[in-house]
Amino acid sequence: MKKILILFAHPRYEKSRANRALLRGLDGLEQVTIHDLYEEYPRFDIDVPREQKLLRAHDIIVWHYPLYLYGPPAIIKQWMDLVLEHGWAHGEGGNHLAGKAVCNVITSGGTRASFSHDGFNRFTLTELLRPLEQAARLCRMLWLPPFAVQGTYRLNDALLSDYAARYRRLLTALAETSGLEPVKSFELLNDWVADLIRKEQP
Amino acid sequence: MSDTLMGQAIVYLAAALICVPIAKRLGMGSVLGYLLAGVLIGPFALGFVGREGENIMHFAEFGVVMMLFLIGLELEPAHFWRMRSQILGLGTLQLALTTLLLGGGLLLLGLGWRGAVACGLALSMSSTAIVLQSLKEKGLGGSQAGTSSFAVLLFQDVAVIPILALLPFLALQAAGGAAHGEAPGLLAGLPVWLKAGLVLFALIAVIVAGRYVAVPLLRIVTKTSVRELSVAAALLIIVAIAYLMQLVGLSPALGAFLAGVLLANSEFRHELESDVEPFKGLLLGLFFIAVGASINFKLIAESPGTVFSLMLVIVAVKAAVLAAAGKLFRLSFDQNSIFALSLSQVGEFAFVLLAFIQRLGIVGGNWIDILMAVTALSMALTPLLLLLNERLVLPRFGTRQQPTERQADAIDTEHPVIIAGFGSFGSTLGRFLRANGVETTILDNDSDQVDLLRRMGFKVYYGDATRLDILRSAGAEKARILFIAIDNPATVDSLVATAKKHFPQLKVMACAGSTLAAHDLIEIGVDAVYRDFLDSSLRAGVEVLADLGYRRYSATRAAQYFMKYDEAAMNQLAPHRHDQGVYISNARELIRTQEQLLAKDRADIHNLNDHAWDTDTPVTAATEKL
Repeated sequence: MKKILILFAHPRYEKSRANRALLRGLDGLEQVTIHDLYEEYPRFDIDVPREQKLLRAHDIIVWHYPLYLYGPPAIIKQWMDLVLEHGWAHGEGGNHLAGKAVCNVITSGGTRASFSHDGFNRFTLTELLRPLEQAARLCRMLWLPPFAVQGTYRLNDALLSDYAARYRRLLTALAETSGLEPVKSFELLNDWVADLIRKEQP
Repeated sequence: MSDTLMGQAIVYLAAALICVPIAKRLGMGSVLGYLLAGVLIGPFALGFVGREGENIMHFAEFGVVMMLFLIGLELEPAHFWRMRSQILGLGTLQLALTTLLLGGGLLLLGLGWRGAVACGLALSMSSTAIVLQSLKEKGLGGSQAGTSSFAVLLFQDVAVIPILALLPFLALQAAGGAAHGEAPGLLAGLPVWLKAGLVLFALIAVIVAGRYVAVPLLRIVTKTSVRELSVAAALLIIVAIAYLMQLVGLSPALGAFLAGVLLANSEFRHELESDVEPFKGLLLGLFFIAVGASINFKLIAESPGTVFSLMLVIVAVKAAVLAAAGKLFRLSFDQNSIFALSLSQVGEFAFVLLAFIQRLGIVGGNWIDILMAVTALSMALTPLLLLLNERLVLPRFGTRQQPTERQADAIDTEHPVIIAGFGSFGSTLGRFLRANGVETTILDNDSDQVDLLRRMGFKVYYGDATRLDILRSAGAEKARILFIAIDNPATVDSLVATAKKHFPQLKVMACAGSTLAAHDLIEIGVDAVYRDFLDSSLRAGVEVLADLGYRRYSATRAAQYFMKYDEAAMNQLAPHRHDQGVYISNARELIRTQEQLLAKDRADIHNLNDHAWDTDTPVTAATEKL
């Protein structure tokens, strides 16, 4: 069983119905560590050795955040800049992350349809995540498609709890699946989870 | 008007209040001011006080007793013991040589040998009150000159006892036993061995009582936490000792000194000091006024030549003897000149001894009157001599040492930042800057603190940061920032004024312990003011909110916002500090705004920009139009 580290970043978590539902749905998952960056480092004073130790102790890294203006909240960038050091994460001798898988779990106000070339947001989520993808590549990590909870304004409680269940299912699947390469072919991990659920139901 | 007690009090206090500030302003020291006040109200000038000046002098001598008690308190027995060679060596030398020379001179002037010896002894005394007060005022108490002077004075205090005991024998010879010595106190007429025994007993009583009566008494008194009671206890201790000493014919000052030394190690040391200090100050002032009032100008006017030449010769001889003794004890030129001049007057004990000599009939009344006038005049001369020495002699011939209690350190490094005051704020700042490779020049006025921090490897310099020369040698001309972390508002004021005037390029920053203090600092032109409580109380507030379940990041942002708001309010209010009406309305406005903010906080930990992160209330940019 692989271990999963969720690097959760929400500057206003207390006001986010969607993210509360998602995280509550993970209760009791032993292989999952939730690391709440804004709560741990309210002054952005990220403890680099501690973060690196956490990374080493896990196999799959999840950046979980709301999408604001087409990017992750500031602390994710701060975290990347400080923790993914040259000589540790990449560059000469920087192989501590090699072989680990990384994916993004994103909540967004816009719907999936809006993140398309014809849509309001003009780019797909995959395209908008390119800088993160390349950073993961630089660290020789396996880049997985994102899992997205979209159109959050319109999600009622029933829909939210369905998303929460799917998030939970995603994490257990990631932890159990030995070769994750094939998963890369999905546009969103939502689709992989949907497949898994469909297969389980006779 | 001056017949009643109140009238007299008004005369004395008003005279002191008028003369002392003027004297201080002219750089003459308070002693000279008091003396002048005495002359002014004395029988020969305004005549507000007449002969009763002498009675007042007796009462005011109590100030000397208190002063010695305080000196004793500051002197721990171990330190006292270390001074023994100075006390015995310098003291004996001074007393013997001066008596010999002055006695010889008086013999030549036609006084009998007995009178010459008696008056020589009296004239060899110096004035504890004037010397110690003057030296303390000039910050010389702890210097070599100060300790040497103190050693001599202490020896004289002790020497008065045998002198008082011996004088009757001189009288016995002179008057053929007609007027048997009337030693003051109870012990008159007792055999010498019994006297000696009783004196010894009294001393032991003081020592034992100091340990086993005074300390438990003070313990009980302080438990009541009534402040006046501890003042009363302190006064009782001193008065009781003085009375006991007088009973056995010892100097009350000496007894008080002894009691002070004994209590120096007790936990009440500082309490006693602060209790007695104001009484001492007032009584000493009264003493000096009384001396001024008792100068017999009539006698001086009748034979000015005799009185003045006698006084000048006596002072010169005393100073010469002291200078020789100082030289023998290896005092530097500067210290020796201060030592010799400050002890060159004839002291208050001479009044006592001369009066006693007159009563014993050893010397005639005319001589005594002249010597009394000489004594008073010489006391008035001392502050003047010290002033002349300080202003004219030392700058020309001295080694230009700074006569501070501890020499201000020569500052050899110039750093971009000067920190004045190395208390908890200043030291934290200094440590932080140092940890980040910025060396600072640190000035502090607490010598213990300086030594401690130096031992810990800090570059801390001892010096009064308000002094222009020290600021200059600290590199204020080249430094970029002066950070003031001193509590005392008066010091800060004068430091800011000096820095602004002489080093305009220097950015002046300061910490303040309260918002009002911050307003003052802004008003006097400090460029940046930091209220030391603001950051930590808001940090604590963040933790409190977090413990109550708030998100740390939101709380942190709220604190950051609050801090900005609060700083803005402070800067906005500071200019209206003395404009009462505006200040009040501003303060009300401040409270109102604060209330509004607080209400908003409660509803939604305020941050105006945070709607962007608000995923539940849609904002146009994030919504789709499809």
